Amino acid sequence: MAKLNMVKALNLALHQEMERDPDVLVIGEDVGVDGGVFRVTEDLHRKFGGRRVIDSPLAEAAIIGTSVGMALYGLKPVCEIQFSGFAFQCFHQIENHAARYRTRSQGRFHCQMVIRMPYGGGVRALEHHTESEEQFYAHIPGLKMVIPSGPRTARGLLVGAIRDPDPVIFFEAKGLYHAAREEVPDEIETLPLGRAQVVQEGKDLTLIAYGAMLRVAREAAQVLQDEDGVEIEVIDLLTISPLDRETVVTSVQKTGRAVIVHEAPKSFGPGAEIAATIMEAAFLSLEAPIRRVAAYDVSFAGFAREKANVPDVARVVAACRETLAF
Amino acid sequence: MAQTKTITPATKIDADLARRLLSQMLLSRRFEEKAAEMYALGKIGGFLHLYIGQEAVGVGATSVLRADDYAISAYREHGHCLAKGSDPRRVMAELFGRRDGLSKGKGGSMHLFDKSKNFLGGHAIVGAHLPIAAGAAFAIKYQGGDQVVLCYFGDGAVPQGEFHESLNLAALWKLPVIYICENNRYAMGTAIHRALAQTEIWRYAETYGIAGEAVDGMDVLAVREVVARAVERARREQAPSLLEARTYRFRGHSMRDPSAAVYRTKEEVGREKERDPIKLFRERCLKGGVLTEAEIRTLEKEVNDLVDEAVAFADASPEPPLEWLTAEVYKE
Ligand SMILES: Cc1ncc(C[n+]2csc(CCOP(=O)(O)OP(=O)(O)O)c2C)c(N)n1
Ligand SMILES: [Mg+2]
Repeated sequence: MAKLNMVKALNLALHQEMERDPDVLVIGEDVGVDGGVFRVTEDLHRKFGGRRVIDSPLAEAAIIGTSVGMALYGLKPVCEIQFSGFAFQCFHQIENHAARYRTRSQGRFHCQMVIRMPYGGGVRALEHHTESEEQFYAHIPGLKMVIPSGPRTARGLLVGAIRDPDPVIFFEAKGLYHAAREEVPDEIETLPLGRAQVVQEGKDLTLIAYGAMLRVAREAAQVLQDEDGVEIEVIDLLTISPLDRETVVTSVQKTGRAVIVHEAPKSFGPGAEIAATIMEAAFLSLEAPIRRVAAYDVSFAGFAREKANVPDVARVVAACRETLAF
Repeated sequence: MAQTKTITPATKIDADLARRLLSQMLLSRRFEEKAAEMYALGKIGGFLHLYIGQEAVGVGATSVLRADDYAISAYREHGHCLAKGSDPRRVMAELFGRRDGLSKGKGGSMHLFDKSKNFLGGHAIVGAHLPIAAGAAFAIKYQGGDQVVLCYFGDGAVPQGEFHESLNLAALWKLPVIYICENNRYAMGTAIHRALAQTEIWRYAETYGIAGEAVDGMDVLAVREVVARAVERARREQAPSLLEARTYRFRGHSMRDPSAAVYRTKEEVGREKERDPIKLFRERCLKGGVLTEAEIRTLEKEVNDLVDEAVAFADASPEPPLEWLTAEVYKE
């Protein structure tokens, strides 16, 4: 057991999986000699060499396209895109190829690959470096979309993603990289994909969040408990797609109220899918309309106004109060 | 295809021109040195990529453009924008994220736009603005104009598909665009020989059958001469060019990256700094009797004052109002 921040926890997962399985390799811009912009791939090059830790030219379509080819023929690439905002340069390779080979070849080929990308706000960055685009990937059949909420879930989910036989988009909240340290076990720990976690039990309202928004949700739950005496159940989604419908629905059947929090713009975001799922399966348990606390429908906010765009504790508390008062 | 390795123009330098070139290079340099200080003080958010060391390229190239010609750039664009004539005060206000900035404080350092100066913007997605430059050139041609588009980009854009797509298309459609690669030998931490199968970037012009030239990017007059030829080709014959200006960034990739990180040595950086474009040009002007020490000191003083004013202006400008967060998404 060591106390690690999220960067170190991810780095540990990569080291251990590369040691365990010689078919796992890492590819991306500056992931090798330099150790990655956010240092997640630090020391891998030194330990495993340039054959397995590949510094690619600046060419996202080629990074993902060649990784698809590698995966079809048995390798397990873990790709890094420096910021999620650059992934549109390779979106066609992800959507048209990585996600579809299993279906296209009727199961004869598949892509066991992970595409890691930092996403989200909170570091006063500029356009293309602060957005949350999980909704694009969550919408694509054949892909899995994973977002850890801290060091321990990051480590466990990255191991799970590398071992998963299907392509996984793995988002890492930039704001969490150095935010907190957690006990992370030395021995390999794997978290299954497609499973949400109830991180705090409660009976009055279900608050659903993921990534950097989990901390916001938990703080809001604390405020509501301290100031209003209500008990909030908090769910950490962890995998956005495929959605763990059972955990969400079971919780709302108990509480009768739900609020969803995400950093992606509100319209057509993950909140819409989660709300529809609840409506379909728990309509008769609902005591109030489901609410979403999300970023506004703008493509980016600019660092001067970023704080006003990303959901904060006050906005989540307000939405919960309205839902509870309905 | 015309191609030059390095040229040392024999032409005698005109004093007015020398003053203009030196003063613009100094402005870019002082502006960014100040911006670096402001970044350290937390006044500038987001990222800050300094152009220090590369000033001769932007200044030399812009000096042969007409005011109605266009320029478009990547994210290391403060120098390009200032050279095109943008108000340093509004550029600094943009870096500060304030409402009087060129992009109303919502763009920051990488997204400077100035319609009044035909500066088509900074672009943070590496390689993505190259086809946009071709499109702007297409529009000029379509409308029967004789302006040209000058498109700056780094060596990092060369491995991107959009570089090759754009060169092919500009050649095929005969567009008045000048692609000028500022080859500073690194894309972030990746040295050019680790990213490109062909490191002589101007040679990609051969494949597409257009003019390609390499030039010493530390020599403002040499840059001027090469770009002037390309502008003529674009204006008269609507023929695109690929230019490679060999240069070096003295600072780190951004303010978050130390100047001599693991990917390059202190010695290398030190060696390159001896070819500081401002120092070289200054010495040349002094030696040739074009400018005196006193004249240069006056230029420096003027530039320092402009930069101080820019900082004061940026500091006094308010943050963008909250309502602007959701503005300008659609026509209102
Ligand atoms: C499509 C894309 N991929 C990656 C990045 C991250 N990135 C920003 S700058 C840069 C290096 C670019 O190098 P170069 O084009 O040579 O410009 P220089 O920094 O040397 O001016 C990288 C990899 C990006 N902005 N866009
Ligand atoms: Mg470069």
